[in-house]
Amino acid sequence: MSIGLELGNQAFGVRFTVNAEPVEAVSDPATRLSVVLREELGLKGTKVGCDAGDCGACTVLIDGEAVCACMTALAQVTDRQVTTVEGLAPGGVLNDLQRAFLDHGAAQCGICTPGMLMAATALLSTVDDPTEQQVQDALGGVLCRCTGYRRIIDAVMDVGTRMEGRGKGIGAAIPRIDGVPKVLGTDCFGDDVAPMDALLVRVIRSPFHRAGFSIGDLDGFIEATPGLVAALTAADIPGENRFGVIPPFADQPVLATDGEARFKGEAVAALVGEREALIDLDLSTVPITWTELEPAMTVEAASVARPLHESRPGNVLVEGFVARGDVDEALRRSTHTVADHFTTSYVEHGYIEPEAGTAFLRDDGRIEILACTQAPHMDREAVATIMGVADDQIVITPTAVGGGFGSKIDVSVQPILALAVHRTGQACRICYTRPESMRSTTKRHPANMQVTIGADADGLVTGLRFEGDFDTGAYASWGPTVANRVPVHASGPYLTPTYRAHTTAIHTNGPVSGAFRGFGVPQAAIAQETLYDRLADACGIDRLDFRLRNALRDGNQTVTGQTFARGIGIHACLVALKDDWHRARDAAQAWNAENAASPIRRGVGLGTCWYGCGNTSLPNPSTIKAGVLPDGRVRLHQGAMDIGQGSNTVITQIFAEALGLPTADVELFIGNSDVTPDAGKTSASRQTFVSGKAAMKAGLALREMLLRHGNVSADAQISLADGRIVLRDKGAERSLDPRTLPVDGEGFVFRVQETYDPPTAPLDANGQGEPYAQYGYGAQMVELEVDRVLGTVKLRYITAAHDVGRAINPQLVQGQIEGGIAQGIGMALMEDYQPGRTENLHDYLIPTIGDVPEIRSIIVEIPDEEGPYGAKGLGEHVLIPTAPAILNAIRDATGAIVRNIPATPDRVLSAIRVAQGPL
Amino acid sequence: MRLTRPDDLNEALDLLADRHWHVLGGGTDLYPAHVERPFAHPLLDITAVPGLRGIRRTDEGWSIGATSTWTDVVRADLPPAFDALKAAAREVGSIQIQNAATVAGNLCNASPAADGVPPLLILDAEVELESSERGSRRVALQDFIQGNRLTDRQPDELVTRILIPDSSAGGRSSFVKLGSRRYLVISITMVAARLAEGQAAVAVGACSVVAQRLGRLETVLARRNPGETFDDLVQPLHFDDLTPIDDVRASAGYRTEAARTCTLRALQEIGS
Repeated sequence: MSIGLELGNQAFGVRFTVNAEPVEAVSDPATRLSVVLREELGLKGTKVGCDAGDCGACTVLIDGEAVCACMTALAQVTDRQVTTVEGLAPGGVLNDLQRAFLDHGAAQCGICTPGMLMAATALLSTVDDPTEQQVQDALGGVLCRCTGYRRIIDAVMDVGTRMEGRGKGIGAAIPRIDGVPKVLGTDCFGDDVAPMDALLVRVIRSPFHRAGFSIGDLDGFIEATPGLVAALTAADIPGENRFGVIPPFADQPVLATDGEARFKGEAVAALVGEREALIDLDLSTVPITWTELEPAMTVEAASVARPLHESRPGNVLVEGFVARGDVDEALRRSTHTVADHFTTSYVEHGYIEPEAGTAFLRDDGRIEILACTQAPHMDREAVATIMGVADDQIVITPTAVGGGFGSKIDVSVQPILALAVHRTGQACRICYTRPESMRSTTKRHPANMQVTIGADADGLVTGLRFEGDFDTGAYASWGPTVANRVPVHASGPYLTPTYRAHTTAIHTNGPVSGAFRGFGVPQAAIAQETLYDRLADACGIDRLDFRLRNALRDGNQTVTGQTFARGIGIHACLVALKDDWHRARDAAQAWNAENAASPIRRGVGLGTCWYGCGNTSLPNPSTIKAGVLPDGRVRLHQGAMDIGQGSNTVITQIFAEALGLPTADVELFIGNSDVTPDAGKTSASRQTFVSGKAAMKAGLALREMLLRHGNVSADAQISLADGRIVLRDKGAERSLDPRTLPVDGEGFVFRVQETYDPPTAPLDANGQGEPYAQYGYGAQMVELEVDRVLGTVKLRYITAAHDVGRAINPQLVQGQIEGGIAQGIGMALMEDYQPGRTENLHDYLIPTIGDVPEIRSIIVEIPDEEGPYGAKGLGEHVLIPTAPAILNAIRDATGAIVRNIPATPDRVLSAIRVAQGPL
Repeated sequence: MRLTRPDDLNEALDLLADRHWHVLGGGTDLYPAHVERPFAHPLLDITAVPGLRGIRRTDEGWSIGATSTWTDVVRADLPPAFDALKAAAREVGSIQIQNAATVAGNLCNASPAADGVPPLLILDAEVELESSERGSRRVALQDFIQGNRLTDRQPDELVTRILIPDSSAGGRSSFVKLGSRRYLVISITMVAARLAEGQAAVAVGACSVVAQRLGRLETVLARRNPGETFDDLVQPLHFDDLTPIDDVRASAGYRTEAARTCTLRALQEIGS
């Protein structure tokens, strides 16, 4: 008897067991097991990242063996035993593996965690005490974009070993406080919150880089297709059909209008309907006629092409400029100069969670959107403008975010969901496919940079000249920010007496370039840092000593003329690497001498960074609200979106420290845009610094309020006991009973709300001013080997020293360092997004667990004058030094200068050939 | 209903004769190919057909059943000539993919970069096909794969097993895969080589539409004299028949050069 012979008449479901419970699933037997688990059985712990076996997020066990549920037909589990992440912790009690993941910080955003746990479970069922190699082989099929994998390897190898004694308050390496649901697989991400009966939304997108289109009889199509409810086009938009993260530059339509789509993947229309009807609909059958038009795909082509946007002649979005002194003259008089030209690729964020969300009409008539986001309040403004309503008519409830890295600052699914709900009145859901996510959302700007640097006879830098074109794609997004940040940062953290940096953000018909960890600075650092090595060599000075000699010191002027009396940490970071640098260089040279006949050459490279935290010369406030509830709980409204980096934990630690309570006594409350105030977007490495400072102020204010109410001195200690607040002061004890106090309109008996906005000053026409209230610093050293015959690169070890001012949570600092390095590795060696060609995670490569070497993190703490408890931002800094350090190590090993990034094997081999000269 | 799961070979063949199907094995190519696209045909899942799974010694040599997975290959007790196939099995995608994907599916999918093809080419593998109308036939692997995503399998036929003749199961073999990252990577190129007494077989993948045996090189290697190094014997002209393309993974010129390097290393691995 075979399943399904009764075509169209399902006689019975597929029987199997899930987590030891017998089930019968009635979905079509060809349905992906991942869909059956999530949609029919409600087991949403199994995540879907690609539907193609490329990411492993959906890994489950079938009869004990790891497989991807997204490529398993329901019929194929007939009579078999399926184990999902929900089966690891019956009753919600963490098993040893989950406990190890939590303790080691192996889960950041948590979207890959269920897949990692299942792959590790399969390994540990056959190997008790696995080696690192066995762990890598077993977990090689699960991609993680946050952690850099090293904590995951440690967790799997240390199962059963409890980590204790992490300290208290600020500086305590406590596990992330939102971590338990992540390792249980119960955290709710963008696609995990839809009600069962929600309508599905699918978007119809331009198939060409530039396309004319005309929309046919969509209403007729809807009527003729059972299960479809509505079609949406630009005509359905009640407000402005326009969005953009920087309001003066807002230029992107929600649904393309005027019959032209400006990039491949641009949304043109959307369909709303019952899930079953829409999920398998072939969207090419929708009556839209496309005409392929000649696109401008490079900045060279775009600068002479018809403008994509009428108001931007030459396709120039913006230019950025910073200048000091006469750099041309200084370079002419320099003893040594180096100059070169560099290009970088589009880089895809590659978070494992595709954009997803659900929206519905609330009882009060407003639209509420639950979606993954880095910026709930910006989403609210954008959607309100699009819907033509006041901001408070939209409610944004952020879900857990499965990685963001900058792209989830821009809206994606939110406006479409709002339109669908507005049109149908019903709950609607959407989840981008992986190709759709890659096609339609933002990328790192490809850069085209010409840089010259000079030094005098003493090895002191005399000047730096930077000219860079940045491909900003079809719409503005964060293009202006990249164009403005790069000139401020292109000197690196070095004293540069003369300077001219000019950038141009140019529109093309490529994907929209936006924010990606570093806002253009990683590209610029590749030029500056690799040229620094060549300049040091020209000067005959050790490469680390050359950097030390030129490193910014307290009181020096930056290239924008800003001075910091204290807190400049680059010198300390370089010093922290010095011993390792000499050891590693000696070891590499000795190895190369002993293995002269080998095709393998070893090399060591340095890279450094500085990065200004917060918006560039713009207001950048964060607001934090907190208070005491009548039952004595202390609630922290935490609006600084945690996208895996750890703001839920860090902000709570800072607040608790300021208030004077243990972190565990503070209740973390995310809420929504109605009740949780705007803590700004999670970007620009600003949450620890800016929202952290607001949380510190809120903690201090609440403390003062409680102490004043109890009439005790500022030295009093606060504690919570049985719903009461206990104040101890010089042997005396006061007890406040919140139940006896009046409750305010928000349900608090004590409530504070504090705002912090970092002090900056505008940049003048020469880019002189105070763009940031704080910079963070870092230096990394890469040890690697290059195969001279194949051009392949194998990383051996990375040492990273980062100045974080004050490590609020050293475990999270380490997690940021390792994760940023992994993304830097990808940028340096493999990541090359080519529109139309690499719209999946097997043609677009991000590092796997086997591509990230052992990393040693050195936390440097040079306190900042502004940051809470001296803390500085970190999130973006950590990515910047890695790629240049890798390129410098490749050159150290082989002499090869790779100018086009990524340094794929063919490019490295060509560069080696050039370095070797004619044969 | 979009899927049928016969539990009998004849039933499967009858169904195949009846209409067009997507044949479903491990699903690791079929599902990824349908991310934004519905299935054009219903699925014929052959993984419940008894007798199709298993790797065994037969009178005619070694037989790899059509639903045998890469993990089955890794775990099978096979002679050293299969070391290349085992190495390839460990490099196919990830553990998750190796646990589901079938060797035969890798051949039927006919990707130019299929990791399974070069190691089977050097074993002179044959593909056995059956249909209800015409019974069974065998085709040499190099004739079975005819182009990019194109095979000699007719719509009513099912690949039932892969056969490796005893005469080609001697000696030792090795496999070298070159990619831009460690796991889950589509090869830039890969090479399988087998050396036995008086025999040499070398096959290169991802450097032409269909993986190729390097006949001229094999002749040179088979006649190798003691004292001759592989470096002397493996010449660029032996790779002249390759027709690599420029793509996102590498340039064509690089591929040809890398194919020679990987060939040398594969041979040296056997020789060492």
